[in-house]
Amino acid sequence: MGVNDASHIRQDPLFQELVHKRARLAWTLSAAMLVIYFGFIAIIAFAPKVLGTPIGNGVTTVGIPVGLLVIASAFVLTGIYVRRANSEFDPITRQIMEKVK
Amino acid sequence: MRALAFVFAGLGLLAITGGFAESVAAAAIEGGGRQPLNVPAIIMFLIFVAATLGITKWAASRTRSAADFYAAGGGITGFQNGLAIAGDYMSAASFLGISGLVFATGFDGLIYSVGWLVGWPIILFLIAERLRNLGKYTFADVAAFRLEATPIRSLAAIGTLTVVAFYLIAQMVGAGKLIELLFGLPYLYAVILVGALMIVYVAFGGMVATTWVQIIKAGLLLGGATFMAFMVLGTFGFSTEAMFRAAVEIHPKHAAIMAPGGLVSDPISAISLGLALMFGTAGLPHILMRFFTVADAKAARKSVFYATGFIGYFYILTFIIGFGAITLLMNDPSYFKVAADGAYNKITDILGGTNMAAIHLANAVGGSLFLGFISAVAFATILAVVAGLTLAGASAVSHDLYASVIAKGKVAEDKEVRLSKFAAIVIGIVAILLGYIFENQNVAFMVGLAFAVAASCNFPVLLTSVFWKGTTSRGALLGGFLGLISAVVMVVLSPAVWVKTFGFKAALFPYDNPALFSMTIAFVGIWLFSKIDRSAHARAERDAFEAQYVRSETGIGAAEALAH
Repeated sequence: MGVNDASHIRQDPLFQELVHKRARLAWTLSAAMLVIYFGFIAIIAFAPKVLGTPIGNGVTTVGIPVGLLVIASAFVLTGIYVRRANSEFDPITRQIMEKVK
Repeated sequence: MRALAFVFAGLGLLAITGGFAESVAAAAIEGGGRQPLNVPAIIMFLIFVAATLGITKWAASRTRSAADFYAAGGGITGFQNGLAIAGDYMSAASFLGISGLVFATGFDGLIYSVGWLVGWPIILFLIAERLRNLGKYTFADVAAFRLEATPIRSLAAIGTLTVVAFYLIAQMVGAGKLIELLFGLPYLYAVILVGALMIVYVAFGGMVATTWVQIIKAGLLLGGATFMAFMVLGTFGFSTEAMFRAAVEIHPKHAAIMAPGGLVSDPISAISLGLALMFGTAGLPHILMRFFTVADAKAARKSVFYATGFIGYFYILTFIIGFGAITLLMNDPSYFKVAADGAYNKITDILGGTNMAAIHLANAVGGSLFLGFISAVAFATILAVVAGLTLAGASAVSHDLYASVIAKGKVAEDKEVRLSKFAAIVIGIVAILLGYIFENQNVAFMVGLAFAVAASCNFPVLLTSVFWKGTTSRGALLGGFLGLISAVVMVVLSPAVWVKTFGFKAALFPYDNPALFSMTIAFVGIWLFSKIDRSAHARAERDAFEAQYVRSETGIGAAEALAH
């Protein structure tokens, strides 16, 4: 791929749509992960009692489901990304590639 | 090959018989002595070794080109790579260490384990696909895509070797102690055995063998941990509430184990550690290398999805295992060092220390045969991680330092691969020696240091070279080196090293993890030195960004790079 090809592709509205959509999703999901994780750490640092509160009359505390949700969120966020990438970004990439051929 | 395998098998037997003679004399390991010879564990481990050597032989017959050696010819599927990544990442330290931490502190163990997972989504969103689209064998391929090969590859190789060295020392020392404890083998034999096996896997089987060792290990570890968690939950009629209630009653800290304890006392330390874990994961050379083993960006993306699932699931299991150890072990004196009057500390007196909680639990839920299985799995776990590290280190030497920096790209492929194999042997021998030297040193900080360096050197250089047009060679080189040096210096001056290892009175740097500061230094350094770089070279590098950008986003041109 030469430099001319590259600037040609870069001008392509399809390419711009691809990178714009993907960047928005990627940075949003990254921010979500950062907020979830560092939010979790912030609660532990500044309001640990919240997580130590038992749920109902049991011994299970709020912290247990919250901790498990942080783990689950990592998996769910990657799932969201893969889903959108497979259904939306890959077809656009294919279209761009076909044009280059 | 067969002769060599035979020699190593013989070495293993020698080590075992040697261990038998010495196992009578208890070794002075923290919290307990060496275990008597564990026959079922050794048999199961030998089966694992025989199977992996068989795979190595098969892999060696398929490893012809450099692409085969470094990247398994790009023929690993997304699912397989997801498992292999999990196998590369889930170390014995995370299995035994985190379940031991849950055993000792309860909820704090969960907080700690979360940090090891949250880097993975970031790798997927920002790194994985672009890495696959731009690189060939090492992450330096990506950083040097448009930047000057000599300085950037030298920096990346030094960053890689630093991370590999610290990670490897921690693994070797941990392996020696663990195997001494589990199998009754003397420390030195254990270290030699681990080193010899990793040399065989990497030097003969390259990435194909390394990948399959990691896949098998991940399957065994996930299977074994699932069985343990299932048995624990089954004891309580699959009610976690019943399990937690029993644990609160039995554990000396009672209800405190259900709430955050002392792990996050200081927010700055917590944030710094969080950053190191999160972005360090995205800068680990042996992990980044795995993305070149799949066919395209789509498969790279899938691998992270599967890996995140496996690793997250694994940490949930270790949490249950930790609570299982509390409920099923703490009231049973046979797992503890009991004083003459029958008293024992339910946490610290556990035989072999708290890291052995999961191992004892294996015996409690599955008897001695399952104990043997889990011990063998722990050994396999170490082998899979050190093999990945050795391959990453060997590739940095042959592909980045030799082929690009020294030979300036003018080197025959087979010569480069031969050099890589030789480098793997040297790294293996050095690792054995370092494992021996560091036997009685405090190495706990070394994994943290490896993550800090990965987060402060490899990750900033990789990220800025891919995302920021303004990055120049000079900027990346100076910023990366500043990140590397500041991370190492701050760790040396930290309480963990300056006070606990060197024995000085007060630490010169107050935090155990420097990532918050060293990452800032690296990013600011890259930005500043790139900004003030007005050379013609820098202009050309900025101009070359467009072609790199298009390829990183679309993968156009990436396929031909592999098939060259």
